Amino acid sequence: MDRYVQLVLVLVGVPAALVGYIGLVEWVVQRLPDKRQPQVRPWLWIGPAVALLTFFLVYPVLNTVYLSLLNAKSTAFVGLVNYGYALTNGDMLLAMRNNVLWLVFFTGVTVALGLLIAVLTDRVPYEAVAKALIFLPMAISSVAAGVIWKFMYDYRPASQAQTGTLNAIVSSFGITPQPWLIQQPWNNGFLIFVGVWMMAGFAMVILSAGLKGISDEVLEAARVDGANEWAVFWQIKIPLLGSTIAVVTTTIVIAALKTFDIVYVMTSGNFGTDVVARRMIEELFSVRDYGRASAIAVILLLAIIPIMIINIQRFREQEAIR
Amino acid sequence: MRKKLWNLTSAVAVLVLLGAACAPAAPVTVVVTAPPVVQTAVVTSVVQATAAPTSAPAATPATTFAGLKDPKDVATAAAGGQNIKGTTLDILGVWAGAEYDSFQAVVQPFIDATGVAVSFEATRDINTVLTTRVDGGNPPDIAAIPSPSLAASWASEGKVVDLTNVVDPNTFKQDYAQTWIDQGTTNGKLVQVYAWSAVKGLIWYDPKVYKGPTPPKTWDELTAWAKTQADAGTTPWCMGVESGAASGWPATDWIEDFVVRQSGPDVYNKWWQGQQTFSSPEIKQAWQAFGAIATDPKMVSGGPNSVLTLNFGNGGDGLFKTPPACFLHHQASFITSFFESNTPGVKAGTDYAFFGFPDINPQFTNATEAVGDSFSLFKDSPQGRAFIKYITSPEAQAIWVARGGKLGVNKRVPLAAYPDALSKTAGQILANVKIVVVDASDNMPDAMNKAFWKGTLDYIQNPGNLDSILSNLDSVQKDAYKK
Repeated sequence: MDRYVQLVLVLVGVPAALVGYIGLVEWVVQRLPDKRQPQVRPWLWIGPAVALLTFFLVYPVLNTVYLSLLNAKSTAFVGLVNYGYALTNGDMLLAMRNNVLWLVFFTGVTVALGLLIAVLTDRVPYEAVAKALIFLPMAISSVAAGVIWKFMYDYRPASQAQTGTLNAIVSSFGITPQPWLIQQPWNNGFLIFVGVWMMAGFAMVILSAGLKGISDEVLEAARVDGANEWAVFWQIKIPLLGSTIAVVTTTIVIAALKTFDIVYVMTSGNFGTDVVARRMIEELFSVRDYGRASAIAVILLLAIIPIMIINIQRFREQEAIR
Repeated sequence: MRKKLWNLTSAVAVLVLLGAACAPAAPVTVVVTAPPVVQTAVVTSVVQATAAPTSAPAATPATTFAGLKDPKDVATAAAGGQNIKGTTLDILGVWAGAEYDSFQAVVQPFIDATGVAVSFEATRDINTVLTTRVDGGNPPDIAAIPSPSLAASWASEGKVVDLTNVVDPNTFKQDYAQTWIDQGTTNGKLVQVYAWSAVKGLIWYDPKVYKGPTPPKTWDELTAWAKTQADAGTTPWCMGVESGAASGWPATDWIEDFVVRQSGPDVYNKWWQGQQTFSSPEIKQAWQAFGAIATDPKMVSGGPNSVLTLNFGNGGDGLFKTPPACFLHHQASFITSFFESNTPGVKAGTDYAFFGFPDINPQFTNATEAVGDSFSLFKDSPQGRAFIKYITSPEAQAIWVARGGKLGVNKRVPLAAYPDALSKTAGQILANVKIVVVDASDNMPDAMNKAFWKGTLDYIQNPGNLDSILSNLDSVQKDAYKK
């Protein structure tokens, strides 16, 4: 019974609170002199959102930075010792190397594939179907994707029947089945492919929208002037898509730095596939060293900040064009 | 028109993105590796008071034995007259597949008698998942933790309930051997109660095809016979160490068996207490003895790649193939339920039997590693206390014992409950053994335990790196025991 009461409270109460707050704010703003009103009103309107952001985002970040300067149980100040560990420990360096691999290959292949599919599907009648199929993997969680592909990559020795799809296909061509997820360093490639499979749809959708924004006249003019499709692609479409590609790339770079679920589910970071985010979880919940885990989190944050700045700048440019 | 369709598609895409983005990305996964070949992703079951069990047990052994009461009466007594009908109990454990069915059979009389709604969740990565939940303030009511070191650290933080006054004071001290009570006690508080145990380091074989020594008097005798088989063209051993996030633990069992037999229980105990380094010659020779089998494609079925990818539950299936893929499999006594569920029709005694891991050093003979399934109470409640009382009773423990795969810790679990001569023998080994040691890796701090597992995987893949693997483990050891 209390569940239904809660549901009603949420469905009715939340909008009511919101409307009530705005009403209250407007009443206060009306009391102010006319000149002040447009200055004060925006701040009051976004007040609750800013407050929530501060409490759930800004404060935890500051707290994490603070914890990273303390020891394992957060009882004593140790300065930059945890950062020293995070930047010199063998396992951490391996994880960072893998994150760089993800950065380069995950981003590169996803954007390239997204662009290719966007361009190719632009002119076919079954465009919507093709796009829907490519976009479908985005609807599932990365954990589900990890489990699915773990089955796909499954390995049995050559003498036994193959249960993994990839090995079944490969062995039907006479090649010995391979333990894809174990062989270093190629296993990183197979994990990255799972990420690409998931995110290519996202890249494709955004790039396709950008592509359709290029006016047909420019392309017609180029074709009339004698340019073949290759030239049209490289010299007109790509330059005009510049800022869209930048936005997609920066978003996927952030995903590459945050990657965790796929690695955790498929290999648990074993066999040289570990990534920084998974190491952070291990430091936090297994080693239970809050100082080190916080240091790793801060390092990840610092790595992502420049990308975020670029992303926001590009986003603003896009908005300005509109 | 195209633009409108495009706008619509974009809107839908954004909504899907938002939906996907809002899905939790946190690692609260429940990934279970089930013993049958197909791995299932999640096992969560809410066993309601009125619903029948979700899967019928293969055979329903008698659940009331001579000298014992009906488990339902025990459950009612455990509830102590309080009305706990309709309350919930959240249990976290590692059991999946056939083991899950057995645990459900144990819990069913409790549910029927008390009306408590029990929900059981399983994960192989229980150390991480449980730590996440406890630190996040959302612990399960009861957890079956394999790692005594974790339980001890939570006990010192006050996160588990002291069970000294929860267990039945009249019967607990008589029914439980002091070792099992001590194992579960930290700083004078009883934080873990053991229900079942298993003997580790048994070597399984198929009596119909095995022609080697039964039992071999020494490890050398067994190895010599194994080599003749390898030369004749069949790999003598089957092995599988994959286990999700805990992959590598069967390999650590191998190494532990070597350490205690080569170097004795004192070295063994110093080792898991962090006072014996991994690169010391005693420990290194244990690794090398293990590597002689696991990294040699002529000695282990499928070669090292198969060892690394084969789930531990399927590790022994090669024994029963035609022609057999191997003749020997090293695993604890609980593997019998996996044998029977993976290869239907195999029976104890006729199709599979075991002998104990043979001696190596004549100074240290007759050693055995025993492990237990323990339960800890995280949230104090009448139904939680009732469950603890129930699970420590011989009646509850006998249910799983009768289904095979576990040995009862309570002394009053009758010998008649054991389903076959084999498990009776296992029980007797445990009772009569001279040197009993605990599972070293489970008693190490969690970080050390995980590094140990990972180290074995690295070793199997790259045996040439043994020295660097061991020195890496030493640096983890220096770090892990400080906390």
